[in-house]
Amino acid sequence: MNTSATPRVGLFVTCLVDLLRPSIGWAAVRLLEDAGCTVEVPPQTCCGQPAYNSGDRNLAKDLARQAIDTFASCDYVVAPSGSCAGMLAKQYPGLFAGDPAFAGKANAFAAKVYELGQFLSDVMKVKAVNARFARRVTYHDACSGLRELGIAKEPRKLLKSVAGIELVEMAGCDRCCGFGGTFAVKYGEISTAIADEKIANLKACGASVLLAGDLGCLMQIAGRLSREGSGIEVRHFAEVLAGMTDEPAICRPKRTPRP
Amino acid sequence: MNAAQFTRRAHLALEDKQLQTALSISRDGFTAQRAAAVARLPEFDSLRDSARDIKAHTLAHLDLYLEAYEKRVTASGGIVHYARSAKDANDIVVSICRRHGAKLAVKGKTMIGEEIGVNAALEANGVDPVETDLGEYILQLRGELPSHITAPAVHLTKEQIAADFRRAHRDLPEGRDLTEASALLAEARAVLRKMFLSADIGITGANFLVAETGTSIIVTNEGNGDLAATLPKVHIVLASIEKLVPTLEDAAQLLRVLTRSATGQEISTYTTFATGPRRPGDPDGPEEYHVVLVDNGRSALLGSEFAEVLRCIRCGACMNHCPVYQSVGGHAYGSVYAGPIGAVLTPALVGIENAVDLPNASSFCGACESVCPVRIPLPKLMRFWREHAFERGLVSVRQRLALNLWGFFAKRPALYRFATRAAVRVLAKIDGEDGRLRKMPASWTASRDFPAPQGETFQAEFARRKSMGRRS
Repeated sequence: MNTSATPRVGLFVTCLVDLLRPSIGWAAVRLLEDAGCTVEVPPQTCCGQPAYNSGDRNLAKDLARQAIDTFASCDYVVAPSGSCAGMLAKQYPGLFAGDPAFAGKANAFAAKVYELGQFLSDVMKVKAVNARFARRVTYHDACSGLRELGIAKEPRKLLKSVAGIELVEMAGCDRCCGFGGTFAVKYGEISTAIADEKIANLKACGASVLLAGDLGCLMQIAGRLSREGSGIEVRHFAEVLAGMTDEPAICRPKRTPRP
Repeated sequence: MNAAQFTRRAHLALEDKQLQTALSISRDGFTAQRAAAVARLPEFDSLRDSARDIKAHTLAHLDLYLEAYEKRVTASGGIVHYARSAKDANDIVVSICRRHGAKLAVKGKTMIGEEIGVNAALEANGVDPVETDLGEYILQLRGELPSHITAPAVHLTKEQIAADFRRAHRDLPEGRDLTEASALLAEARAVLRKMFLSADIGITGANFLVAETGTSIIVTNEGNGDLAATLPKVHIVLASIEKLVPTLEDAAQLLRVLTRSATGQEISTYTTFATGPRRPGDPDGPEEYHVVLVDNGRSALLGSEFAEVLRCIRCGACMNHCPVYQSVGGHAYGSVYAGPIGAVLTPALVGIENAVDLPNASSFCGACESVCPVRIPLPKLMRFWREHAFERGLVSVRQRLALNLWGFFAKRPALYRFATRAAVRVLAKIDGEDGRLRKMPASWTASRDFPAPQGETFQAEFARRKSMGRRS
């Protein structure tokens, strides 16, 4: 592994960020570059989690092989998502456990995968960011990041270094938002009931902005808040850390002036 | 009840105001009590490791421990019966009752009894089974299955229970105040006391069976298990084969994680050890002691990818911490085992083709695994069931087509980038300036808005900026 001063980081941008909210990807690029990394974005698709969780193990393995090869030349692979990073780092080795020809490759790949906040904090030793966000925010612990990768302190520590920010905790910050990938569509009614629990806790904590590290959860929470007409904003924490909060919050109208 | 109607039942559960009230009362209590108990015991997580190891070791040598256990029970004057199926187990229980001309059997709480339907078998053979665990007693009056492993009537409110008592207890004076839980308890206790004293047979479950001593252990908070085990002439222990542990020391270790995980108690009010029938000189105890060891599909799980589920000690922590269970309650699962443990165990008992929703209706949040006292990787096991369902073509055609189509593109990066770029541009135009899509073909927008794409894919924009020689 290259341990020189400028590590080559492959950004695993994730399907959702790629397609729906590139601003999170740009925030990640800025944060990684500011931390002293060279960022590469090799042509990529998906980590395979939808197939993996739908029981299609063969398709999941095909996509895993593809992702592993795609990032072969990078020192690190960083994703602005605990869910996708969890798939790459914790699930890929299991997928190839019975495949001696590929298991070594999968394990070596898994060892260089990090979630964005974790990478900035633990590998690049970033202690503070140069950003301002004078709002009362709360942080939602997305499930995979928290329970698969053990991420809880890192994003909070970085957020506290943002000028003007007030970080408050909501009750049940570590409880699921009800997204769960295809679960949110296949069992939409249950998924929504779970989101409503989260939103009740969110409202009770008095924050005007909810931040998290997974666009899936953010879509779920923002989508439900938007449907009920709430004014609480929802964003990826990377946008705040990178000082890139000009883009409207998720599900919010674009700020172009109307004629 | 069956597990095939999960979605419909879940819908009804979400609309059921009384159920939602009951669930909202219980859920925060369970999680807070466990958290407090764990916080008081710094070595709790290493106890979980040791609990996992004890169960894994026992399961790896289950044949030896079963033989050792049987020897000890026999030596102390008890009789061990092996039942391969639910029917075999019921036949054994019924034949014991027949031999004694039994009319009335009092029961302690037993999940394996629920699983095999022993009450129906007894009733069909002229024996009246009476549940003596308060929750189970209430459910028996209502003709319902338990909705929770340790708190079977957790889906009910006090008011519903009071109404059931007024309906079922014919000699209950009309003016009797049943508003407090303690009044309900006193009423049930008075009725049940007579049953204990006149029962011919006592049936209990077992939390643990100890190979070293031939002891069965039950954990209760009401003391009903003690009475069911000691007052009638005959005590029948119903237990599935994975309840074995090697030694009393092992059982003690498991008790430490069991009660804390279940109710946050350091120890339950009663922990009852039964080792054989009354000996000469004993002041009390049954004249006959039977243990019915039930397989009912367990031995087929040993050595399979699902073997780890056999470590379960039935604490209920997985369901207490499950967002899906917390939302819909236990009856939606259509099985005696609800929540994450039910989502893994029920397909093994009834066939995945009859329970395909259960392992699918999970957001894979991992809360269950994070609290399991024996560290069962429940999400992983649910995923194995999803793989079985997928391989056997049990997923809907629509879902399969969608997955295949998506997979076709995802495996072709160049085509994927081209197609997603086009799709995103179209979607971004639909919403205009609103930033959200309020109606889409998928069910997402039935209850949620969908964020409108910002307009260009990240990959396309990154390639464009790179070719222009600048980044962010």
